[in-house]
Amino acid sequence: MTSSNPRPRAWLWHLLLLAPFVGTLWVPFYNAIDPRLAGIPYFYWYQLTWIGISAVVTAVVYFATRWPD
Amino acid sequence: MSHEHYAALTVFVGLFGLVTALGFVAARWRRADLDQLHEWGLAGRRFGTVVTWFLLGGDLYTAYTFMAVPALVFGAGAIGFFAVPYTIIAYPFVFVVMPRLWSVSHRRGYITGADFVRGRFGSGTLALAVAITGLLATMPYIALQLVGIQVVLGAMGVEGSGWMSDLPLVIAFAILAAYTYQSGLRAPALIAIVKDAVIYVTVIAAVLVVPIRLGGYAKIFDAVPPQKLILTPPGPHDFGQYSAFSSLALGSALALFLYPHSLTGVLSSSGRAVIRRNSALLPAYSFLLALIALLGTMAIAAGVDKDPAFSHGFARYGTNFAVPALFLRTFSPSFAGFAFASIAIGALVPAAIMSIAAANLFTRNIYREYLRPDCDGKEEATVAKIASLVVKVGALAFVVLAPQKYAIQLQLLGGVWILQTFPAVVVGLYTRRLHRWALLVGWATGMTVGTTMAYQLHFKGTVYPLHVGPWTISAYAALWALLANLGVAVVLSAILNRAGVDPGIDATDAPDYAGGP
Repeated sequence: MTSSNPRPRAWLWHLLLLAPFVGTLWVPFYNAIDPRLAGIPYFYWYQLTWIGISAVVTAVVYFATRWPD
Repeated sequence: MSHEHYAALTVFVGLFGLVTALGFVAARWRRADLDQLHEWGLAGRRFGTVVTWFLLGGDLYTAYTFMAVPALVFGAGAIGFFAVPYTIIAYPFVFVVMPRLWSVSHRRGYITGADFVRGRFGSGTLALAVAITGLLATMPYIALQLVGIQVVLGAMGVEGSGWMSDLPLVIAFAILAAYTYQSGLRAPALIAIVKDAVIYVTVIAAVLVVPIRLGGYAKIFDAVPPQKLILTPPGPHDFGQYSAFSSLALGSALALFLYPHSLTGVLSSSGRAVIRRNSALLPAYSFLLALIALLGTMAIAAGVDKDPAFSHGFARYGTNFAVPALFLRTFSPSFAGFAFASIAIGALVPAAIMSIAAANLFTRNIYREYLRPDCDGKEEATVAKIASLVVKVGALAFVVLAPQKYAIQLQLLGGVWILQTFPAVVVGLYTRRLHRWALLVGWATGMTVGTTMAYQLHFKGTVYPLHVGPWTISAYAALWALLANLGVAVVLSAILNRAGVDPGIDATDAPDYAGGP
C-alpha cells in the first residue's frame, strides 16, 4: 500500500495519545486495594505502570510520525 | 547545633559550593553574546535532547513539588497521588501542542507566550493580560522555592533568631542572583545536571532503605488508615473524591506548560524533534515524582509526626516537614546532608528559570511594548538582567516578611490563574476563530470565577464543590474557571465575528506553525 499523503495516517497515530488520558483520568478503573503487587495496593501500582505505558506510547507515535513535517 | 548537624551541614555546603562554581562557569558554555535577550534568556535556542531533558526535568519538578506532594499525601492520603496522572498526561499534550509553539516562536523571534499572543491576535492588551497572569503566577512560585530551602536549613538546625535566622537564605539567594545575572539560562541548565543526579540518588536510596527499616511495602501500606489508602467512592449525590482527583490531574496538566518557566524551557530547545523526543523521555521524572509521593505514605507509616524529636519541625513547617523528618530518621547525618542539598539545589534551578522567565515577560511585554518601543537588543538584555534581580529580591522579601501561608495560598491561586491563558495561547495555536476581545473578556471571567471560588474556600484549597440540582460536583477551581472562560470566549466570538468587529492583524501564517528542525 502506498500513500502519497502521509498526513491522514499521522493523525491516526496521534489518537494513541488519548490512551493515557482514558487510563488515568477514569478513576473507577483503579480505585481499589486488591490485587496487591509485592504488597503495594492496586491503586498505586496501576498508576506507576501507566507512567511506563504512556512513555512507550509516546515513543511509538514519535517513531511512527518521524518524517519531516 | 549537634555533631550530626555539622556532618550534614558540611556535605550540604560542599555541594552548594560545587553548583555555585558551575553557575558562574556556565557563562562560557556554548559561548555567545549574552547581551542579546535570546542568548541570555533562551540560551540561543540551541539545547539538544539531553540538555533539554535535564533542564525541563530540573525546571518542572521543583523543590517545592518534592516537598508539597508527599506533604499532601502525608496529610490527606490518596488524593495527593493526583500528581501521578497529572505528570503522565502532561506529556502527550506537550508532544502535540508545543512543537507548534516552538515553530512559530522560532520563526517570529518570540520569547514568551505573550509575544505569541501579541503577534497572533494583534492585541497588545490581550498580550498584557497574558504577561501579567504569567508574572502573578510565577512570583509566589519563586517564593515557595525559598520556603523549600528554609525547611531543609531548619531540618539541619540552622535556625538563628531575629534577622540572623534569614541570613543563610539571603546568602544562598544572593549567590543565585549573581550567577543568573551573569550567565542567564545557561546557569540553571548546567546546574540541572547536578540537581537531577543528586535527586535521583536520594530518592532511590530512600525508596530502598525506608521500606527495609519499616519492614517492607506490605507493612507500610497496612499502617495507612483505610480512609487515606484509596479515594472516597461516589455517594448517592456526589462523585466522592473521584471528580476532585481527575480534575486536579487534568487542570494541572493543562496548566503546567502555560507557566512562563515551562515555556522558557521549551523555547530554549533546538527544535520540534527535541520537544517530541523529550515527551517520551521526561516520564522518567514522573516515575521519580511517584516515588517521592510514596515517601508521604512512608512518613505516615513511620509516624514521624509522633516523634518528639520532630515536634518542633512540624510545629514550624507543618506537613512540609514530613519528608525532611523521614530523611533524618532514616539516613546517616552526612547522607541526610546530601539529601537536603538535593532539595536545596532543586530549589535553585527552577528559581533561576522562573526569574529569567519573569524577566523575559517584563522586558518584552511591558518594557519594550509600553515604555521603550525602540530599545535595542543590548538594552533589552540589560533590562532583563536587572528585572531578574528585582524579581528575586521581591520573592525573598515576601518569604522573609510575610507569613509562609500567604506564599502557599498565592501559589495555589497562581495555578488557577495561569490556566486562564489557555484559550489565547493553546487554542490560539490552532485557530483564530476566537476573537481577541472575546478572549480578553473570557480571561477576565475566568480570573474572577477562579479567584471567587478560592476566596469561598478561604484560600485553603482549590477543590470547589459546585451544586447542580441534587448533585454536588467537587472539582479543581481552575477547571471550573476555564469552562466559564471558554464559554464566554466562544459565545462572544460568535457575536463579535458576526458583527464584523475588527479581529486585528495576524502577524503569523500557516507555514509558521509547522516549520523548523
